Amino acid sequence: MQQFLNVTLTGLGQGAVYAAFALALVLIWRSTRVVNFAQGAMAMFTTYLALTVIEGGQSYWVGLVVALVAGLVLGAVIERLVIRPVEGGPELNAVIVTLGLFVALQALAAILFGSTFRSFPAPFDLRGFTVGGVNIAFTPNSIYIIVAVVVVMLALVALFRFTDLGLKMRAAAFSQEVSRLLGVPVGRMLTLGWALAAGVGSLSGLLIAGGSLVFPAYMDAVIVYGFVAAVLGGLDSPAGAVVGGLTIGLLLSYVSGYLGSELVALAALAILVAVLLVRPQGLFARTAARRV
Amino acid sequence: MSAGTLEISGLTTSYGPVTALDTVDITAERGQVTAVLGANGAGKSTLLRTISGLVRPAAGQVLLDGTDLTHAPAEAIARAGIAHVPEGRGVITELTVEENLRLGAMLGASRRRTERGLAQVYEMFPPLAQRRRHDAHVLSGGERQMLVIGRALLSGPDVLLLDEPSLGLAPRIVAQIFGLLRDLVDSDGVTVLLVEQNARSALSIADVGVVLNLGRVVARDAAAALAADDGLRHAYLGF
Ligand SMILES: Nc1ncnc2c1ncn2[C@@H]1O[C@H](COP(=O)(O)OP(=O)(O)O)[C@@H](O)[C@H]1O
Ligand SMILES: [Mg+2]
Repeated sequence: MQQFLNVTLTGLGQGAVYAAFALALVLIWRSTRVVNFAQGAMAMFTTYLALTVIEGGQSYWVGLVVALVAGLVLGAVIERLVIRPVEGGPELNAVIVTLGLFVALQALAAILFGSTFRSFPAPFDLRGFTVGGVNIAFTPNSIYIIVAVVVVMLALVALFRFTDLGLKMRAAAFSQEVSRLLGVPVGRMLTLGWALAAGVGSLSGLLIAGGSLVFPAYMDAVIVYGFVAAVLGGLDSPAGAVVGGLTIGLLLSYVSGYLGSELVALAALAILVAVLLVRPQGLFARTAARRV
Repeated sequence: MSAGTLEISGLTTSYGPVTALDTVDITAERGQVTAVLGANGAGKSTLLRTISGLVRPAAGQVLLDGTDLTHAPAEAIARAGIAHVPEGRGVITELTVEENLRLGAMLGASRRRTERGLAQVYEMFPPLAQRRRHDAHVLSGGERQMLVIGRALLSGPDVLLLDEPSLGLAPRIVAQIFGLLRDLVDSDGVTVLLVEQNARSALSIADVGVVLNLGRVVARDAAAALAADDGLRHAYLGF
Protein backbone atom coordinates (compact mmCIF):
# COMPACT_ATOMS: atom_id res chain seq x y z
CA MET A 1 0.00 0.00 0.00
CA GLN A 2 2.82 2.31 1.01
CA GLN A 3 4.64 1.41 -2.20
CA PHE A 4 1.51 1.91 -4.30
CA LEU A 5 0.87 5.37 -2.87
CA ASN A 6 4.48 6.28 -3.42
CA VAL A 7 4.52 5.13 -7.02
CA THR A 8 1.17 6.73 -7.83
CA LEU A 9 2.12 10.15 -6.46
CA THR A 10 5.44 10.06 -8.26
CA GLY A 11 3.62 9.12 -11.45
CA LEU A 12 1.22 12.03 -11.11
CA GLY A 13 4.07 14.49 -10.72
CA GLN A 14 5.85 13.10 -13.77
CA GLY A 15 2.57 12.87 -15.65
CA ALA A 16 1.87 16.57 -15.08
CA VAL A 17 5.13 17.43 -16.83
CA TYR A 18 4.48 15.00 -19.69
CA ALA A 19 1.02 16.52 -20.00
CA ALA A 20 2.49 20.00 -20.40
CA PHE A 21 4.98 18.74 -22.94
CA ALA A 22 2.30 16.80 -24.87
CA LEU A 23 0.12 19.90 -24.83
CA ALA A 24 2.92 21.87 -26.45
CA LEU A 25 3.14 19.25 -29.21
CA VAL A 26 -0.65 19.23 -29.70
CA LEU A 27 -0.94 23.02 -29.90
CA ILE A 28 1.53 23.04 -32.77
CA TRP A 29 0.21 19.93 -34.48
CA ARG A 30 -3.35 21.11 -34.64
CA SER A 31 -2.57 24.57 -35.96
CA THR A 32 0.25 23.80 -38.39
CA ARG A 33 0.19 19.98 -38.82
CA VAL A 34 3.82 19.77 -37.79
CA VAL A 35 5.14 17.38 -35.15
CA ASN A 36 7.72 19.58 -33.51
CA PHE A 37 10.63 17.25 -32.85
CA ALA A 38 12.64 20.28 -31.73
CA GLN A 39 10.27 20.93 -28.81
CA GLY A 40 12.52 19.17 -26.30
CA ALA A 41 15.67 20.85 -27.54
CA MET A 42 13.95 24.25 -27.41
CA ALA A 43 12.93 23.58 -23.79
CA MET A 44 16.45 22.41 -22.98
CA PHE A 45 17.85 25.62 -24.41
CA THR A 46 15.56 27.91 -22.47
CA THR A 47 16.26 25.94 -19.29
CA TYR A 48 19.97 26.59 -19.80
CA LEU A 49 19.20 30.28 -20.18
CA ALA A 50 17.35 30.16 -16.86
CA LEU A 51 20.26 28.31 -15.27
CA THR A 52 22.69 30.94 -16.51
CA VAL A 53 20.55 33.67 -14.96
CA ILE A 54 20.20 31.76 -11.69
CA GLU A 55 23.90 31.00 -11.44
CA GLY A 56 24.51 34.67 -12.11
CA GLY A 57 22.84 35.36 -8.76
CA GLN A 58 19.18 35.82 -9.63
CA SER A 59 16.40 33.90 -7.90
CA TYR A 60 14.74 30.78 -9.29
CA TRP A 61 11.66 32.84 -10.09
CA VAL A 62 13.59 35.27 -12.27
CA GLY A 63 14.99 32.21 -14.03
CA LEU A 64 11.46 30.89 -14.54
CA VAL A 65 10.31 34.13 -16.13
CA VAL A 66 13.40 34.23 -18.35
CA ALA A 67 12.76 30.64 -19.52
CA LEU A 68 9.09 31.29 -20.28
CA VAL A 69 9.70 34.55 -22.14
CA ALA A 70 12.62 33.02 -24.03
CA GLY A 71 10.35 30.10 -24.94
CA LEU A 72 7.65 32.41 -26.30
CA VAL A 73 10.17 34.36 -28.36
CA LEU A 74 11.98 31.26 -29.60
CA GLY A 75 8.67 29.67 -30.69
CA ALA A 76 7.60 32.78 -32.58
CA VAL A 77 10.97 33.23 -34.26
CA ILE A 78 11.19 29.59 -35.31
CA GLU A 79 7.68 29.66 -36.78
CA ARG A 80 8.44 32.80 -38.77
CA LEU A 81 11.94 31.99 -39.97
CA VAL A 82 12.05 28.23 -40.22
CA ILE A 83 8.56 26.76 -40.44
CA ARG A 84 6.76 29.39 -42.55
CA PRO A 85 9.04 28.88 -45.57
CA VAL A 86 8.33 25.14 -45.73
CA GLU A 87 4.61 25.48 -45.07
CA GLY A 88 2.42 24.18 -47.86
CA GLY A 89 5.27 22.05 -49.18
CA PRO A 90 5.60 18.29 -48.74
CA GLU A 91 4.95 17.26 -45.13
CA LEU A 92 8.34 15.63 -44.90
CA ASN A 93 10.03 19.03 -45.27
CA ALA A 94 8.66 20.27 -41.96
CA VAL A 95 9.69 17.03 -40.26
CA ILE A 96 13.24 17.35 -41.57
CA VAL A 97 13.37 20.99 -40.54
CA THR A 98 12.31 20.28 -36.95
CA LEU A 99 14.74 17.36 -36.71
CA GLY A 100 17.47 19.65 -38.02
CA LEU A 101 16.58 22.24 -35.41
CA PHE A 102 16.71 19.59 -32.72
CA VAL A 103 20.26 18.65 -33.69
CA ALA A 104 21.36 22.26 -34.18
CA LEU A 105 20.02 23.43 -30.81
CA GLN A 106 21.72 20.56 -28.97
CA ALA A 107 25.01 21.32 -30.66
CA LEU A 108 24.65 25.02 -29.95
CA ALA A 109 23.86 24.31 -26.29
CA ALA A 110 26.96 22.11 -25.98
CA ILE A 111 29.06 24.94 -27.39
CA LEU A 112 27.51 27.70 -25.29
CA PHE A 113 26.84 25.89 -22.02
CA GLY A 114 29.16 22.87 -22.17
CA SER A 115 28.10 19.25 -22.26
CA THR A 116 28.84 18.40 -18.65
CA PHE A 117 26.08 17.63 -16.15
CA ARG A 118 25.04 20.69 -14.19
CA SER A 119 22.61 20.69 -11.31
CA PHE A 120 19.51 22.82 -11.54
CA PRO A 121 17.98 24.20 -8.34
CA ALA A 122 14.48 23.39 -7.16
CA PRO A 123 12.39 26.17 -5.61
CA PHE A 124 10.90 23.93 -2.92
CA ASP A 125 11.96 21.18 -0.59
CA LEU A 126 12.99 17.92 -2.24
CA ARG A 127 12.54 15.80 0.89
CA GLY A 128 9.42 13.66 0.79
CA PHE A 129 6.44 14.18 3.07
CA THR A 130 6.03 11.93 6.03
CA VAL A 131 2.82 9.92 6.11
CA GLY A 132 2.13 7.86 9.23
CA GLY A 133 5.73 8.15 10.30
CA VAL A 134 7.09 6.98 6.94
CA ASN A 135 8.81 9.05 4.29
CA ILE A 136 7.25 9.00 0.80
CA ALA A 137 8.61 10.13 -2.55
CA PHE A 138 6.09 12.94 -2.89
CA THR A 139 7.73 16.28 -2.09
CA PRO A 140 6.73 19.90 -1.71
CA ASN A 141 8.45 20.41 -5.05
CA SER A 142 6.12 17.80 -6.62
CA ILE A 143 3.17 19.88 -5.44
CA TYR A 144 4.73 22.96 -7.00
CA ILE A 145 5.14 21.10 -10.32
CA ILE A 146 1.52 19.98 -10.37
CA VAL A 147 0.21 23.42 -9.38
CA ALA A 148 2.36 25.13 -12.03
CA VAL A 149 1.06 22.82 -14.75
CA VAL A 150 -2.55 23.18 -13.63
CA VAL A 151 -2.30 26.98 -13.54
CA VAL A 152 -0.89 27.10 -17.08
CA MET A 153 -3.55 24.70 -18.36
CA LEU A 154 -6.35 26.73 -16.81
CA ALA A 155 -4.89 29.89 -18.32
CA LEU A 156 -4.85 28.24 -21.75
CA VAL A 157 -8.40 26.96 -21.36
CA ALA A 158 -9.51 30.47 -20.40
CA LEU A 159 -7.70 31.94 -23.40
CA PHE A 160 -9.13 29.48 -25.92
CA ARG A 161 -12.66 29.24 -24.53
CA PHE A 162 -13.44 32.72 -23.31
CA THR A 163 -11.54 35.29 -25.36
CA ASP A 164 -11.87 36.60 -28.89
CA LEU A 165 -8.18 36.02 -29.44
CA GLY A 166 -8.50 32.38 -28.43
CA LEU A 167 -11.46 31.93 -30.77
CA LYS A 168 -9.49 33.43 -33.65
CA MET A 169 -6.55 31.14 -32.89
CA ARG A 170 -8.80 28.09 -32.92
CA ALA A 171 -10.50 29.21 -36.13
CA ALA A 172 -7.12 29.74 -37.83
CA ALA A 173 -6.06 26.26 -36.71
CA PHE A 174 -9.19 24.58 -38.07
CA SER A 175 -9.68 26.45 -41.33
CA GLN A 176 -7.16 28.93 -42.64
CA GLU A 177 -9.13 29.94 -45.70
CA VAL A 178 -12.44 30.59 -43.96
CA SER A 179 -10.62 32.45 -41.21
CA ARG A 180 -8.92 34.76 -43.68
CA LEU A 181 -12.28 35.47 -45.31
CA LEU A 182 -13.52 36.50 -41.86
CA GLY A 183 -10.65 38.94 -41.45
CA VAL A 184 -8.60 36.81 -39.04
CA PRO A 185 -4.85 37.48 -39.49
CA VAL A 186 -4.05 33.79 -39.83
CA GLY A 187 -0.27 34.17 -40.06
CA ARG A 188 -0.13 36.09 -36.80
CA MET A 189 -2.37 33.52 -35.09
CA LEU A 190 -0.08 30.66 -36.15
CA THR A 191 2.99 32.52 -34.88
CA LEU A 192 1.23 33.12 -31.58
CA GLY A 193 0.27 29.44 -31.41
CA TRP A 194 3.90 28.40 -31.80
CA ALA A 195 4.96 30.96 -29.21
CA LEU A 196 2.46 29.69 -26.64
CA ALA A 197 3.34 26.08 -27.33
CA ALA A 198 7.04 26.77 -26.94
CA GLY A 199 6.30 28.65 -23.70
CA VAL A 200 4.46 25.63 -22.32
CA GLY A 201 7.28 23.38 -23.53
CA SER A 202 9.80 25.59 -21.73
CA LEU A 203 7.82 25.28 -18.54
CA SER A 204 7.93 21.48 -18.74
CA GLY A 205 11.68 21.57 -19.40
CA LEU A 206 12.24 23.77 -16.38
CA LEU A 207 10.02 21.68 -14.10
CA ILE A 208 11.81 18.46 -15.06
CA ALA A 209 15.20 20.07 -14.47
CA GLY A 210 14.31 21.30 -10.97
CA GLY A 211 16.34 19.43 -8.35
CA SER A 212 18.01 17.37 -11.00
CA LEU A 213 20.78 17.50 -13.60
CA VAL A 214 20.76 19.22 -16.97
CA PHE A 215 22.89 18.42 -20.00
CA PRO A 216 22.19 19.06 -23.69
CA ALA A 217 20.30 15.76 -24.15
CA TYR A 218 18.38 15.72 -20.86
CA MET A 219 15.01 16.27 -22.59
CA ASP A 220 15.39 13.42 -25.09
CA ALA A 221 13.41 10.88 -23.06
CA VAL A 222 10.71 13.46 -22.37
CA ILE A 223 10.19 14.03 -26.10
CA VAL A 224 9.40 10.34 -26.46
CA TYR A 225 7.07 10.17 -23.45
CA GLY A 226 5.38 13.43 -24.39
CA PHE A 227 4.87 12.23 -27.95
CA VAL A 228 3.37 8.94 -26.74
CA ALA A 229 1.08 10.94 -24.44
CA ALA A 230 0.01 13.19 -27.30
CA VAL A 231 -0.72 10.23 -29.58
CA LEU A 232 -2.64 8.54 -26.79
CA GLY A 233 -4.76 11.67 -26.45
CA GLY A 234 -5.35 11.93 -30.19
CA LEU A 235 -2.75 14.57 -31.22
CA ASP A 236 -5.56 17.01 -31.98
CA SER A 237 -7.05 17.33 -28.53
CA PRO A 238 -5.57 19.51 -25.77
CA ALA A 239 -7.70 17.69 -23.18
CA GLY A 240 -6.46 14.42 -24.62
CA ALA A 241 -2.86 15.56 -24.22
CA VAL A 242 -3.43 16.25 -20.54
CA VAL A 243 -5.14 12.95 -19.86
CA GLY A 244 -2.57 11.17 -22.02
CA GLY A 245 0.30 12.80 -20.12
CA LEU A 246 -1.09 11.80 -16.72
CA THR A 247 -1.78 8.27 -17.96
CA ILE A 248 1.73 7.83 -19.31
CA GLY A 249 3.22 9.29 -16.14
CA LEU A 250 1.29 6.81 -13.99
CA LEU A 251 1.89 3.78 -16.22
CA LEU A 252 5.61 4.41 -16.48
CA SER A 253 5.84 4.98 -12.74
CA TYR A 254 4.15 1.64 -12.08
CA VAL A 255 6.48 -0.07 -14.53
CA SER A 256 9.47 1.54 -12.88
CA GLY A 257 8.23 0.84 -9.36
CA TYR A 258 7.10 -2.76 -9.79
CA LEU A 259 8.99 -4.13 -12.80
CA GLY A 260 12.25 -2.20 -12.86
CA SER A 261 13.32 1.21 -14.08
CA GLU A 262 15.31 -0.24 -16.98
CA LEU A 263 12.02 -1.25 -18.61
CA VAL A 264 10.52 2.27 -18.74
CA ALA A 265 11.66 3.17 -22.27
CA LEU A 266 10.51 -0.21 -23.57
CA ALA A 267 7.14 0.22 -21.86
CA ALA A 268 6.69 3.62 -23.49
CA LEU A 269 7.32 2.06 -26.88
CA ALA A 270 4.89 -0.78 -26.10
CA ILE A 271 2.20 1.73 -25.16
CA LEU A 272 2.78 3.65 -28.38
CA VAL A 273 2.48 0.50 -30.49
CA ALA A 274 -0.62 -0.61 -28.59
CA VAL A 275 -2.33 2.75 -29.10
CA LEU A 276 -1.52 2.80 -32.79
CA LEU A 277 -2.85 -0.74 -33.22
CA VAL A 278 -5.97 -0.54 -31.08
CA ARG A 279 -7.04 3.08 -31.35
CA PRO A 280 -4.89 5.02 -33.81
CA GLN A 281 -7.16 8.04 -33.60
CA GLY A 282 -6.36 8.33 -29.88
CA LEU A 283 -8.69 8.48 -26.91
CA PHE A 284 -10.05 11.92 -27.61
CA ALA A 285 -10.24 12.23 -31.39
CA ARG A 286 -13.18 14.24 -32.62
CA THR A 287 -13.97 11.85 -35.44
CA ALA A 288 -14.39 9.12 -32.88
CA ALA A 289 -16.63 11.30 -30.77
CA ARG A 290 -18.73 11.98 -33.83
CA ARG A 291 -19.20 8.35 -34.70
CA VAL A 292 -20.61 7.36 -31.33
CA MET B 1 -20.97 56.97 -55.98
CA SER B 2 -22.81 55.31 -53.11
CA ALA B 3 -20.95 53.10 -50.58
CA GLY B 4 -20.71 49.51 -51.74
CA THR B 5 -19.99 49.92 -55.44
CA LEU B 6 -17.81 47.06 -56.62
CA GLU B 7 -16.02 47.70 -59.91
CA ILE B 8 -14.19 44.86 -61.57
CA SER B 9 -12.27 45.65 -64.72
CA GLY B 10 -10.15 43.55 -67.03
CA LEU B 11 -9.84 40.86 -64.37
CA THR B 12 -7.77 37.91 -65.57
CA THR B 13 -6.81 34.91 -63.44
CA SER B 14 -4.84 31.82 -64.44
CA TYR B 15 -4.04 28.52 -62.79
CA GLY B 16 -0.80 27.65 -64.54
CA PRO B 17 -1.67 27.30 -68.21
CA VAL B 18 -5.44 27.43 -67.59
CA THR B 19 -6.96 30.88 -67.92
CA ALA B 20 -9.99 30.63 -65.66
CA LEU B 21 -11.00 34.29 -65.91
CA ASP B 22 -10.40 36.32 -69.03
CA THR B 23 -10.61 40.16 -68.95
CA VAL B 24 -13.86 40.25 -67.03
CA ASP B 25 -15.65 43.59 -66.40
CA ILE B 26 -18.52 43.70 -63.92
CA THR B 27 -19.93 46.55 -61.85
CA ALA B 28 -22.16 45.64 -58.93
CA GLU B 29 -24.25 48.38 -57.34
CA ARG B 30 -25.51 48.91 -53.83
CA GLY B 31 -29.08 47.73 -53.27
CA GLN B 32 -28.90 45.35 -56.20
CA VAL B 33 -28.43 41.63 -56.60
CA THR B 34 -26.09 40.90 -59.50
CA ALA B 35 -26.34 37.26 -60.57
CA VAL B 36 -23.24 35.64 -62.10
CA LEU B 37 -24.36 32.62 -64.07
CA GLY B 38 -22.73 29.93 -66.14
CA ALA B 39 -22.03 26.24 -66.40
CA ASN B 40 -19.67 24.26 -64.18
CA GLY B 41 -16.11 25.41 -64.88
CA ALA B 42 -17.15 28.78 -66.31
CA GLY B 43 -14.98 30.62 -63.79
CA LYS B 44 -17.61 31.79 -61.32
CA SER B 45 -15.84 30.64 -58.18
CA THR B 46 -12.55 31.96 -59.51
CA LEU B 47 -14.16 35.36 -59.95
CA LEU B 48 -15.25 35.48 -56.30
CA ARG B 49 -11.96 34.04 -55.04
CA THR B 50 -10.03 36.67 -56.97
CA ILE B 51 -12.19 39.48 -55.62
CA SER B 52 -11.72 38.32 -52.02
CA GLY B 53 -7.96 37.89 -52.38
CA LEU B 54 -7.75 34.10 -52.10
CA VAL B 55 -6.18 33.90 -55.55
CA ARG B 56 -4.09 36.56 -57.29
CA PRO B 57 -5.12 37.97 -60.65
CA ALA B 58 -2.66 38.14 -63.55
CA ALA B 59 -4.21 41.41 -64.68
CA GLY B 60 -7.08 43.77 -63.99
CA GLN B 61 -8.47 45.66 -61.02
CA VAL B 62 -10.92 45.30 -58.17
CA LEU B 63 -12.19 48.59 -56.76
CA LEU B 64 -14.51 49.06 -53.79
CA ASP B 65 -15.88 52.59 -53.83
CA GLY B 66 -12.81 53.61 -55.76
CA THR B 67 -10.31 51.98 -53.38
CA ASP B 68 -7.99 49.55 -55.12
CA LEU B 69 -8.14 46.16 -53.38
CA THR B 70 -6.58 44.16 -56.20
CA HIS B 71 -3.43 43.16 -54.37
CA ALA B 72 -4.60 43.41 -50.76
CA PRO B 73 -4.43 40.27 -48.61
CA ALA B 74 -7.70 38.40 -48.01
CA GLU B 75 -7.86 39.49 -44.35
CA ALA B 76 -7.64 43.13 -45.37
CA ILE B 77 -10.27 42.75 -48.07
CA ALA B 78 -12.62 41.21 -45.52
CA ARG B 79 -11.97 44.14 -43.20
CA ALA B 80 -12.64 46.56 -46.04
CA GLY B 81 -16.24 45.30 -46.11
CA ILE B 82 -16.35 42.44 -48.61
CA ALA B 83 -17.81 39.25 -47.14
CA HIS B 84 -17.26 36.10 -49.21
CA VAL B 85 -19.35 33.03 -48.44
CA PRO B 86 -17.33 30.34 -50.22
CA GLU B 87 -18.57 27.40 -52.24
CA GLY B 88 -19.19 24.45 -49.95
CA ARG B 89 -20.29 27.00 -47.37
CA GLY B 90 -17.26 27.39 -45.09
CA VAL B 91 -18.81 26.38 -41.80
CA ILE B 92 -16.05 25.67 -39.26
CA THR B 93 -17.54 22.44 -38.01
CA GLU B 94 -15.22 22.11 -34.99
CA LEU B 95 -16.57 25.34 -33.52
CA THR B 96 -20.01 25.83 -32.06
CA VAL B 97 -22.75 27.62 -33.98
CA GLU B 98 -22.36 30.68 -31.79
CA GLU B 99 -18.55 30.69 -32.10
CA ASN B 100 -18.92 30.65 -35.88
CA LEU B 101 -21.23 33.64 -35.67
CA ARG B 102 -18.98 35.51 -33.24
CA LEU B 103 -16.09 35.14 -35.65
CA GLY B 104 -18.14 37.02 -38.19
CA ALA B 105 -18.93 39.73 -35.69
CA MET B 106 -15.30 40.28 -34.71
CA LEU B 107 -14.40 42.60 -37.53
CA GLY B 108 -14.05 45.61 -35.31
CA ALA B 109 -17.56 45.50 -33.86
CA SER B 110 -18.11 46.55 -30.27
CA ARG B 111 -19.43 44.02 -27.74
CA ARG B 112 -22.80 45.68 -27.61
CA ARG B 113 -23.21 45.65 -31.36
CA THR B 114 -22.14 42.01 -31.43
CA GLU B 115 -24.81 40.98 -28.94
CA ARG B 116 -27.47 42.90 -30.84
CA GLY B 117 -26.33 41.42 -34.13
CA LEU B 118 -26.38 37.90 -32.71
CA ALA B 119 -29.91 38.43 -31.45
CA GLN B 120 -30.97 39.60 -34.92
CA VAL B 121 -29.43 36.59 -36.64
CA TYR B 122 -31.12 34.22 -34.18
CA GLU B 123 -34.41 35.97 -34.82
CA MET B 124 -33.91 35.67 -38.57
CA PHE B 125 -32.87 32.01 -38.35
CA PRO B 126 -34.60 30.34 -35.36
CA PRO B 127 -32.99 26.90 -35.97
CA LEU B 128 -29.60 28.46 -35.23
CA ALA B 129 -30.81 29.82 -31.90
CA GLN B 130 -31.86 26.34 -30.80
CA ARG B 131 -28.41 24.94 -31.56
CA ARG B 132 -26.21 27.83 -30.61
CA ARG B 133 -24.15 25.78 -28.15
CA HIS B 134 -23.76 22.74 -30.41
CA ASP B 135 -20.78 22.04 -32.62
CA ALA B 136 -21.71 23.28 -36.09
CA HIS B 137 -21.28 19.83 -37.62
CA VAL B 138 -24.72 18.88 -36.30
CA LEU B 139 -26.39 21.39 -38.65
CA SER B 140 -28.29 20.34 -41.79
CA GLY B 141 -27.38 21.75 -45.19
CA GLY B 142 -30.02 24.48 -45.00
CA GLU B 143 -29.00 25.42 -41.48
CA ARG B 144 -25.36 25.63 -42.53
CA GLN B 145 -26.37 28.04 -45.28
CA MET B 146 -28.25 30.11 -42.70
CA LEU B 147 -25.16 30.04 -40.49
CA VAL B 148 -22.74 31.31 -43.12
CA ILE B 149 -25.11 33.99 -44.36
CA GLY B 150 -25.78 35.08 -40.79
CA ARG B 151 -22.04 35.08 -40.08
CA ALA B 152 -21.33 37.16 -43.17
CA LEU B 153 -24.05 39.65 -42.21
CA LEU B 154 -22.65 40.03 -38.69
CA SER B 155 -19.49 41.52 -40.16
CA GLY B 156 -21.65 44.38 -41.44
CA PRO B 157 -20.47 44.04 -45.04
CA ASP B 158 -20.96 46.52 -47.86
CA VAL B 159 -20.60 43.73 -50.39
CA LEU B 160 -21.75 40.13 -50.07
CA LEU B 161 -20.24 37.49 -52.37
CA LEU B 162 -22.25 34.27 -52.37
CA ASP B 163 -20.94 31.16 -54.13
CA GLU B 164 -23.75 28.74 -55.06
CA PRO B 165 -25.80 29.12 -51.88
CA SER B 166 -28.51 26.86 -53.36
CA LEU B 167 -26.18 23.90 -53.85
CA GLY B 168 -27.62 20.73 -52.34
CA LEU B 169 -30.61 22.45 -50.77
CA ALA B 170 -34.28 21.52 -51.19
CA PRO B 171 -36.18 23.97 -53.45
CA ARG B 172 -38.32 25.14 -50.54
CA ILE B 173 -35.22 26.08 -48.52
CA VAL B 174 -33.67 27.79 -51.55
CA ALA B 175 -36.80 29.90 -52.01
CA GLN B 176 -36.75 30.82 -48.32
CA ILE B 177 -33.08 31.81 -48.31
CA PHE B 178 -33.32 33.76 -51.56
CA GLY B 179 -36.41 35.53 -50.23
CA LEU B 180 -34.50 36.57 -47.12
CA LEU B 181 -31.61 37.72 -49.25
CA ARG B 182 -33.87 39.92 -51.35
CA ASP B 183 -35.41 41.47 -48.21
CA LEU B 184 -31.95 42.16 -46.86
CA VAL B 185 -30.81 43.92 -49.99
CA ASP B 186 -33.98 46.02 -50.09
CA SER B 187 -33.82 47.03 -46.43
CA ASP B 188 -30.05 47.30 -45.73
CA GLY B 189 -28.87 48.30 -49.16
CA VAL B 190 -25.98 45.86 -49.39
CA THR B 191 -24.39 44.95 -52.71
CA VAL B 192 -24.79 41.28 -53.60
CA LEU B 193 -22.85 39.29 -56.16
CA LEU B 194 -24.72 35.98 -56.40
CA VAL B 195 -22.96 33.13 -58.18
CA GLU B 196 -25.30 30.33 -59.23
CA GLN B 197 -25.65 27.38 -61.55
CA ASN B 198 -29.31 27.39 -60.60
CA ALA B 199 -29.96 30.26 -63.03
CA ARG B 200 -33.73 30.23 -62.84
CA SER B 201 -33.85 30.77 -59.06
CA ALA B 202 -31.04 33.30 -59.14
CA LEU B 203 -32.64 35.39 -61.86
CA SER B 204 -35.93 35.39 -59.95
CA ILE B 205 -34.38 37.56 -57.22
CA ALA B 206 -31.61 39.30 -59.17
CA ASP B 207 -31.74 42.79 -60.65
CA VAL B 208 -29.11 42.21 -63.27
CA GLY B 209 -27.33 39.15 -64.56
CA VAL B 210 -23.94 38.38 -66.10
CA VAL B 211 -23.30 35.14 -67.97
CA LEU B 212 -19.80 33.64 -67.95
CA ASN B 213 -18.56 31.01 -70.36
CA LEU B 214 -14.98 29.67 -70.26
CA GLY B 215 -13.92 32.66 -68.22
CA ARG B 216 -15.41 35.33 -70.49
CA VAL B 217 -18.52 37.45 -70.12
CA VAL B 218 -20.85 36.37 -72.92
CA ALA B 219 -23.98 38.27 -71.91
CA ARG B 220 -25.13 40.91 -69.46
CA ASP B 221 -28.58 42.39 -69.06
CA ALA B 222 -31.47 43.02 -66.69
CA ALA B 223 -32.39 39.78 -64.95
CA ALA B 224 -35.85 39.67 -66.51
CA ALA B 225 -34.42 40.15 -70.00
CA LEU B 226 -31.92 37.33 -69.53
CA ALA B 227 -34.63 35.02 -68.27
CA ALA B 228 -36.74 35.83 -71.32
CA ASP B 229 -33.95 35.19 -73.86
CA ASP B 230 -34.65 31.65 -75.08
CA GLY B 231 -31.47 31.29 -77.12
CA LEU B 232 -29.24 32.36 -74.23
CA ARG B 233 -31.12 30.21 -71.77
CA HIS B 234 -30.67 27.11 -73.89
CA ALA B 235 -27.04 27.83 -74.75
CA TYR B 236 -25.68 28.75 -71.31
CA LEU B 237 -28.24 28.57 -68.55
CA GLY B 238 -29.73 25.12 -68.94
CA PHE B 239 -33.39 25.89 -68.43
N1 LIG C 1 -7.16 25.39 -57.95
C1 LIG C 1 -7.26 25.21 -59.28
N2 LIG C 1 -6.19 24.74 -59.98
C2 LIG C 1 -6.27 24.57 -61.31
N3 LIG C 1 -7.36 24.82 -62.04
C3 LIG C 1 -8.46 25.27 -61.41
C4 LIG C 1 -8.46 25.49 -60.00
N4 LIG C 1 -9.68 25.94 -59.63
C5 LIG C 1 -10.39 26.01 -60.77
N5 LIG C 1 -9.67 25.61 -61.82
C6 LIG C 1 -10.11 25.60 -63.24
O1 LIG C 1 -10.55 26.90 -63.55
C7 LIG C 1 -11.72 26.86 -64.31
C8 LIG C 1 -12.82 27.63 -63.63
O2 LIG C 1 -13.15 26.98 -62.41
P1 LIG C 1 -14.20 27.58 -61.37
O3 LIG C 1 -13.87 28.99 -61.14
O4 LIG C 1 -14.21 26.69 -60.19
O5 LIG C 1 -15.57 27.49 -62.16
P2 LIG C 1 -17.07 27.47 -61.62
O6 LIG C 1 -17.09 27.97 -60.24
O7 LIG C 1 -17.81 28.34 -62.58
O8 LIG C 1 -17.54 26.05 -61.72
C9 LIG C 1 -12.04 25.39 -64.54
O9 LIG C 1 -11.50 25.01 -65.78
C10 LIG C 1 -11.32 24.71 -63.42
O10 LIG C 1 -10.94 23.41 -63.79
MG1 LIG D 1 -17.76 27.07 -58.55
